[in-house]
Amino acid sequence: MAGPGLWFSLLLAAALAGRAAALWPWPQYIQTSESHYAIFPYNFQFRYHASSAAQPGCSVLDEAFQRYRDLLFSSSWWQPPERTRKQHAPEKSSLVILVSTPGCNELPSLESGENYTLTINDDHCFLLSETVWGALRGLETFSQLVWRSPEGTFFINKTEIEDFPRFPHRGLLLDTSRHYLPLTSILDTLDVMAYNKFNVFHWHLVDDSSFPYDSFTFPELTRKGSYDPATHIYTAQDVKEVIEYARLRGIRVLAEFDTPGHTLSWGPGAPGLLTPCYSGSHPTGTFGPVNPILNSTYEFMSAFFLEVSSVFPDFYLHLGGDEVDFTCWKSNPDIQSFMKKQGFGNDFKQLESFYVQTLLNIVSAYDKGYVVWQEVFDNKVKVRPDTIIQVWREETPVRYTKEMELITGAGFRALLSAPWYLNHIAYGPDWREVYMVEPLDFKGSPQQKALVIGGEACMWGEYVDSTNLAPRLWPRAGAVAERLWSSELVTSVDFAFKRLTRFRCELLRRGVQAQPLSVGYCEQEFEET
Amino acid sequence: MEHRGLGLLALLAALAPCCCAAPGPTLWPMPLSVKTSPRLLVLSRENFSIYHDPSSTAGPSCSLLQEAFRRYYDYIFDFNKSRLNPAKHNSAAELKQLLVSVVLESECDLYPSITSDESYTLAVEGPVAFLKANRVWGVLRGLETFSQLIYQDSYGTFTVNESNIIDSPRFPHRGILIDTARHFLPIKTILKTLDAMAFNKFNVLHWHIVDDQSFPYQSVAFPELSNKGSYSLSHVYTPNDVRTVIEYARLRGIRVIPEFDSPGHTQSWGKGQKNLLTPCYNGPKQSGTFGPINPILNSTYCFLSQFFKEVSTMFPDQFVHLGGDEVEFTCWESNPEVIAFMKKAGFGRDFQRLQSFYIQKLLGIVSTLNKGAIVWQEVFDDHAKLNPGTVVQVWKNEMYHVTQAAVTAAGFPVILSAPWYLDWISYGQDWRNYYKVDPLDFDGSQEQKKLVIGGEACLWGEYVDATNLTPRLWPRASAVGERLWSQQNIKDIEDAYDRLTIHRCRMTRRGIAAEPLFTGYCNF
Repeated sequence: MAGPGLWFSLLLAAALAGRAAALWPWPQYIQTSESHYAIFPYNFQFRYHASSAAQPGCSVLDEAFQRYRDLLFSSSWWQPPERTRKQHAPEKSSLVILVSTPGCNELPSLESGENYTLTINDDHCFLLSETVWGALRGLETFSQLVWRSPEGTFFINKTEIEDFPRFPHRGLLLDTSRHYLPLTSILDTLDVMAYNKFNVFHWHLVDDSSFPYDSFTFPELTRKGSYDPATHIYTAQDVKEVIEYARLRGIRVLAEFDTPGHTLSWGPGAPGLLTPCYSGSHPTGTFGPVNPILNSTYEFMSAFFLEVSSVFPDFYLHLGGDEVDFTCWKSNPDIQSFMKKQGFGNDFKQLESFYVQTLLNIVSAYDKGYVVWQEVFDNKVKVRPDTIIQVWREETPVRYTKEMELITGAGFRALLSAPWYLNHIAYGPDWREVYMVEPLDFKGSPQQKALVIGGEACMWGEYVDSTNLAPRLWPRAGAVAERLWSSELVTSVDFAFKRLTRFRCELLRRGVQAQPLSVGYCEQEFEET
Repeated sequence: MEHRGLGLLALLAALAPCCCAAPGPTLWPMPLSVKTSPRLLVLSRENFSIYHDPSSTAGPSCSLLQEAFRRYYDYIFDFNKSRLNPAKHNSAAELKQLLVSVVLESECDLYPSITSDESYTLAVEGPVAFLKANRVWGVLRGLETFSQLIYQDSYGTFTVNESNIIDSPRFPHRGILIDTARHFLPIKTILKTLDAMAFNKFNVLHWHIVDDQSFPYQSVAFPELSNKGSYSLSHVYTPNDVRTVIEYARLRGIRVIPEFDSPGHTQSWGKGQKNLLTPCYNGPKQSGTFGPINPILNSTYCFLSQFFKEVSTMFPDQFVHLGGDEVEFTCWESNPEVIAFMKKAGFGRDFQRLQSFYIQKLLGIVSTLNKGAIVWQEVFDDHAKLNPGTVVQVWKNEMYHVTQAAVTAAGFPVILSAPWYLDWISYGQDWRNYYKVDPLDFDGSQEQKKLVIGGEACLWGEYVDATNLTPRLWPRASAVGERLWSQQNIKDIEDAYDRLTIHRCRMTRRGIAAEPLFTGYCNF
């Protein structure tokens, strides 16, 4: 063994000896030693360096300092240490943060740098980053490095970490349509995402089952399309709260409004929007996808997405475009004659493309970028070259690795989700398969590989609501988080198992209902409230 | 991105997003006989009460019933949608009282047992409803049913249809197995599970309390067992904890059957009890590892006598579960003293006979303590000689019908668990498979079928702890609950789906984080 492999295994050995073994996800470069420093809750502070671009008043960091103080020391003594007892280890009384570029009030974006350097040695206890987002990642790492002796003293080992994410888009999808998730479930999930260095919350807001997004342009959508318009909705205030809560944790909110399929819940509140299905020459009273042949449809979409574009500040919107069922379109005589007029023949994919292209033009006009599910690519819809394609199907029409090859080969950016459908459960340690996925394991040039901007763990909601969301997500989604953050060399499942086991205990300590990986125990178990 | 493969179900749910049909009573598990009339009665928190009928053999001195009255009053009024009761909007008659009558000796201060009578009748008419049962155990089941009859109409009024219900369970042993050795479960989690069990008319908590991984049971006679064998000193059940669980269960008509599995599955015992486990050999030398309990030493049986004496006083139930499953013979085979013993005893190389030798001695010990024994099926499969009445629990999924037939043909009572290993999770609605099982679906005479005393849903703990136990258990175990309580002909699975969907919402309302069956929502 030589080269990076050797270098890496040496690091593993060193790290396993020390407390750094609890780190999740594993940093890009780390050096630790056995020598350590004491930390005392009564006087420890996070401080801004005098030449930092971020200074007191920086909302993102001020709040993060408070958060990490609580996470580190919440359940511990705040009294000064007894003077009589001799401390062998030197003390660190602050972590000094230096952010080199300003930007405390902005939103994280796909381009945001998240790199940081953490130095804990005799001279320094220092966190350096380009952006506040990098500082957030560094604070999380710092919090994972601090450990506690059996006597209750906090320590941190001498450590040098240089860290940055492998992929810029590390997402988690929640589905609030199949089951409504209370705001607290969403906010709690954002907290745990930050612990895992996820940075995109893909919010699959609406679908066939319900329309909980409270639109101010079209209030009837929620009034008629939500499970319960009094309780099972997200108001404008709720959405703002989610976005700000996410921002403070360096997480983008990527809203998905999936069309033209998966839209049954839109129908009751938007008469004329969905395609009436026919049986012979009579409408059956049931409805299919969005009706793509009416001008009124596009007027509606223009107004609706104008609202959405302003409510969700992220540059990207997710426009869905998956699983369009053609049977209803086929049954409808008006659609048949439209198809004939357009020269589409019997190719309903062309009709779908027609719809999607018109929609994309609308959204582009609002200065938004977009993400779509892979069918949009599979069905050869003409899309802007900067479109992001999300791969979700494991085997059809081709295996997902082939799909990644095709998409990047066509020059589009790709997001991988196919092997990361966490709603699919099985007996045993299924996080291993999730972990062993290599997103760039497909045939393609370096240019193609560079087009893979990341991936997402998906938690679809058919069988998931607030009763089982947290244990089903954590720590399984952690496996995806490390795959997307850490170096491609970090592939040892055994090493991951050890760290993830400890990390899940740390999650329990932080109050997260994370389920066990195997037999065993945590010092602090989850207690029902 | 997701609906593929769900087909019609998905479509139906999508077309009718409302999970909660018109308000009405939803019973789970379905009683033996239900007659409901369209005549409605209304109740109010202020005017309604549950009380003892003057004719009852139980009265206010029966704390089991007093507590149950209060509990169910709360379930009916506090855990429902907290809307204000509007002024009476219709002329419906009012239900003012539920009078509870115990006919025979109440058994108020006893523990429930395998022979406890759980039958009851419920007559709901205005202004007074009557719940009648032979024993308090039937009252508890009847109160649960009564609470399930009451619903809030769309104005928020508490409403109940006039009804007549006659009910008794199909099987007397309806259990849930929890495993506190692979992962420790805090007492709170166990008590919560007992609550949910009562909502589903389960009556046995099979407490698989220790195993290879840890020994959380704090023994008075052998404190080192948990001192050395538990995960940590805070991962321990003290005698007080155990008493808390037993009393909490008793108040809900639930038996607590402890399992101390041996001779296999005992690695954790070895840490606190020297010379109990068999030393394994590597050639002529001890390897430093240990196997099952050492069956050839007198000291072993001395220990077991003392230990099970304590267990039999700590746990009041008539039965103790002795395990006896999955004994690994390699260590015994490696040990020269064991081999010598085998030769002397004339067992040859048949280690099943050694295992049976052990089990028979253990069964002897337990029967002198006047306890009945339950064992896993291997004990029967390996031809150990069993006392009549020893209960055999069938857990191996392969050909379990054949095992059931064999065990009952030999005249032993059977508990069925094989199709109900709830720790085996998969995507989708696996509760349907649990529901479709019929425990008497095997070849055998009427007499044989009578020997099936019930079943248990098992939630082994390899991947389960307090974080995920509740949503993994409920409402999946509810499917088993109805199968064991309701009559054989209650098997319309779509009707079960509709009722169970609402029943799971009722459980969540009562504080049990029961997971959803499918897309939808709870209307509260």
